[in-house]
Amino acid sequence: MSDLSANQDSWLTRNKLSVAPWFFLAPALAFFAIYVVIPIFESISLSFYEWNGLYAPDGSSTAVWVGFQNYVKLWDDPNFWVSLKNNLAWLILYMLAVPAGLFIALFLNQTVPGMRFYKSMFFFPFVISQVVVGLIFGWFYNPDFGVVGSIWKALYCEETTNILGNVTFRCSRNAPDILSSPEWATYGIIFAGLWPQIAYCMILYLTGLNNVASDQIEAARLDGAKGWKMLWYVVLPQLKPATFIAVVVTVIGALRSFDMIAIMTQGGPFGSTNVLAHYMYEVAISEYGERYGYGSAVATVLFLIMLVYISYFLWRMYQDEKVSR
Amino acid sequence: MFRTFNLTVVAAAATALMASTALARDLVINFDDLNPGPKEGFETAVEKFKAANPDINVIVNINDREAHKTAIRNFLTADAPDVTSWYPGNRMGPFVDAGLFEPIDDVWEENGLKEDMAAIMPTMSRDGKIWGVPYSYYQWGIYYRKDIFDLLGLEEFATWDDMLAGCAKMKENGVTPFTIGVKFLWTAAGVFDYLNLRTNGYDVHNGLTAGEIKYTDPRIVATMDNWETLINECGFVDNHASMNWQDAIAPFANGDAAMYVMGNFSVDGYKNAGLTADQIDFMPFPTIDPDVPLAEEAPADAFFIPTNAKNKEDAKKFLAFIAQPDIQTEWNKTIGQLPPNAKAEISDDKFIQEGFALLNSATGLAQFYDRDAPAEMAKAGMEGFQKFMLDPSTKMEVLERLDEVAADVYK
Amino acid sequence: MFPRPIEKSAPAARAGYQAFLPVALFIWLLPLLAIFATSIRGAADINSGNIFGWPTEFALFENYTAVFTQSAAAQYMLNSVLITVPSVIISVSLACLAGYALAIYKFKVAVPLFFLFVAGNFIPFQILMVPVRDMSVQTGLYDTIAGQFLFHAAFQTGFCTLFMRNFIKALPFDLIESARIEGVKEWRIFWYVVLPLVRPAIAALAVLIFTFVWNDFFWANVLTQGESAKPITAGVRALNGQFVNNWHLVSAASLLAAIPPVAMFFLMQKHFIAGLTLGAVK
Repeated sequence: MSDLSANQDSWLTRNKLSVAPWFFLAPALAFFAIYVVIPIFESISLSFYEWNGLYAPDGSSTAVWVGFQNYVKLWDDPNFWVSLKNNLAWLILYMLAVPAGLFIALFLNQTVPGMRFYKSMFFFPFVISQVVVGLIFGWFYNPDFGVVGSIWKALYCEETTNILGNVTFRCSRNAPDILSSPEWATYGIIFAGLWPQIAYCMILYLTGLNNVASDQIEAARLDGAKGWKMLWYVVLPQLKPATFIAVVVTVIGALRSFDMIAIMTQGGPFGSTNVLAHYMYEVAISEYGERYGYGSAVATVLFLIMLVYISYFLWRMYQDEKVSR
Repeated sequence: MFRTFNLTVVAAAATALMASTALARDLVINFDDLNPGPKEGFETAVEKFKAANPDINVIVNINDREAHKTAIRNFLTADAPDVTSWYPGNRMGPFVDAGLFEPIDDVWEENGLKEDMAAIMPTMSRDGKIWGVPYSYYQWGIYYRKDIFDLLGLEEFATWDDMLAGCAKMKENGVTPFTIGVKFLWTAAGVFDYLNLRTNGYDVHNGLTAGEIKYTDPRIVATMDNWETLINECGFVDNHASMNWQDAIAPFANGDAAMYVMGNFSVDGYKNAGLTADQIDFMPFPTIDPDVPLAEEAPADAFFIPTNAKNKEDAKKFLAFIAQPDIQTEWNKTIGQLPPNAKAEISDDKFIQEGFALLNSATGLAQFYDRDAPAEMAKAGMEGFQKFMLDPSTKMEVLERLDEVAADVYK
Repeated sequence: MFPRPIEKSAPAARAGYQAFLPVALFIWLLPLLAIFATSIRGAADINSGNIFGWPTEFALFENYTAVFTQSAAAQYMLNSVLITVPSVIISVSLACLAGYALAIYKFKVAVPLFFLFVAGNFIPFQILMVPVRDMSVQTGLYDTIAGQFLFHAAFQTGFCTLFMRNFIKALPFDLIESARIEGVKEWRIFWYVVLPLVRPAIAALAVLIFTFVWNDFFWANVLTQGESAKPITAGVRALNGQFVNNWHLVSAASLLAAIPPVAMFFLMQKHFIAGLTLGAVK
């Protein structure tokens, strides 16, 4: 008995450097496996089933294996293509947050009294929930009760009385109903989404600008560089890490866009503002959804798209790791 | 084998025993309307039930209507209440098919409901069994501004042509004929249903929602043509796609729009918007084809018992309780709807009186497009209607798309 | 410094810059100011379309009281706190342990494991939605506070581990080496040597995760149904359905939902920005 424990001790002591990390890792790995890693594979496998999400009262699932049928359906589903197209619009237009954030960061990169206050106030929109941002802009765009409506009334409408003598407005042209227009609604939502995202990119650049080597700037200045040239050839190369991460978070943000769509249009009118993230939610668990297998197929497609970016990001990290060794 | 079975039974009995001692006569009821009127009606009925059954500890969860629709799919399996509100027709279909609702023929039998609620029994039935007890239903039709009609010298429209002529007169006088808010889609389905019921009748409505009739069928195209006429010659308020049904009351209340195709639950909304009972009135949707017998939309609200309910005995007691004429009378007076129990009395509210007369004379009662059609079909259909309303030139494109969806849904 | 410091410019340019700053800020925050102005208006202004004009009456107190008395906002706020705080504690603790393991020990799968955490941090929520929801339903965690914070904690562990591992990796390795030579046990090295040094990282992570979790809306929708476990973000949406056309009340509720993360940001600004950029720049 004592022999055994001595043996164990010595084994542990001998191998402590290879055993210890697993003790430290175990809780995080367990959590992460249960809630993240395993569900990914479950979702992928579920995408080969047809399931309305219901269990029989005894708890057995009512799912039916259908092979690739969900993916075939997806291919013929115009709503899927609209969502994919909107995802692309999000990706491209959301990228405006990067230069816009840089622009504001440059504007604010001064040392006048109260600058700290200004910087934090400019960052403000990022801290607020997207739900709140969505509500604010939803109200902004509302053609009857919102800001757009009020401005429109001031510009194009005259106040008259209707048949009952109540005050009403006669407009020479209809107020733009941005969030109900199949052409414009997505852009309206992206515009709202840019607001916090620009703030995010701005803060990344502000920190990046702090670390720009001032001697290089001064040297370039002596060489006569200024304005755009200075920015392009001297400053931006030094901001590369900030730019990289700004692009990464913006891509992820664009592909994850869900909150604002759920709040502002719920994918409407007739699905024209859907993106994959929201479409998946809609087909799987909204009122008229209940198609878990089909939803999982949508999620799998979204996951594969994201995987491209994740792989690129990991590859970049791997290069850095190799250097740091 | 037998031993195992026996053990399971013992274990199950033991669990049941433990559960029932732990939750000594708790009765959990999930209800789905937070609006003040319906909430009060429900709570009053619960209070009365408590008074009549002091030994039952009633626990009530009231959720928002939309939230409830999502939530029920989980709680029926995961965390079943003893009673839950839900809708009859195709809406209860998936739950019945998955065995998640308890058949309650005995409640109907023992309380004489098969006689007292005969009219509504078909929509409460599926697979030859009865699954719920309705506490209320209501009529749909056209709510209109009586004061505007009086000013323009208009009468209630009996026919389609009357209506089109009336609309022309309204437009001459700067009144938009119809208000509507289709942001949440279903309001448009009400218009579609009525146009379809009047153009083609009850059997075509049922055939369409059951997947037996194509959307590109000439009869459905005729319905859509009439809708296009309605949009062109009558017309709806601007920006209707960004309004929900409550938002759409504003132009109606202000007198900018004169009519609203709606269900009777909306009367509360008009009154809250400051309209008095003599400013508003109700008319049935006018006839389009005189040969088509009149059928109406009359969605019912009901209570069901989940299969996984813990206290089914008291749940049945509750269902029987709310089926009683006096309870239904008072409840429906509070919420301004119609009691399904024929022995109940109706209030002297004119909308209720008219609705009662209308539904009693109807040759068929439709639940509603999104309750009669399966969910996936209903979603696609209503999105199509929304698209059509924003741009009527998409009519055939919409109908063809719906046929594609239908081919998949009803396979 | 780039651009050229303004104090080296002509006094006029400097004055112009300083004068323009508040104007720019005003425009930038206009949506927020508009909603604040709306939240202190009376119902009469809203109904008559007075959105930009001076409020005819100030109803700051009435509106904010109404949000609490006419809805479950207080419950939602409390739920948000009960969800957010454990999420932060669990994910940061787990990440300290895991980050330490991945940064200090050299073992074969250290880098792949690290990449697993990084990758998990970027995946779309939708790929987790059905299984996580289903698992929560099966285990009775659906529609509970715990169901939400367990998920958030697990998911945020990815980001926290990325962050912690990089932070610990940047610490001088000699410290650990010398402790080992003195025969200090691994657990004690973690506790007495490393943990005190990562305090700034813990603070930074705590504020960040607080904000991320507080602002969550998706999982609130997926994992809850009623008032009892819903956080304020989902609650605000429910209120939006309840207070139809009562924009003054919706505005007030929205601003209330925004207060805690905003307060957190202003109180812990230094850590917040350090967190965002450190996690980022690495």
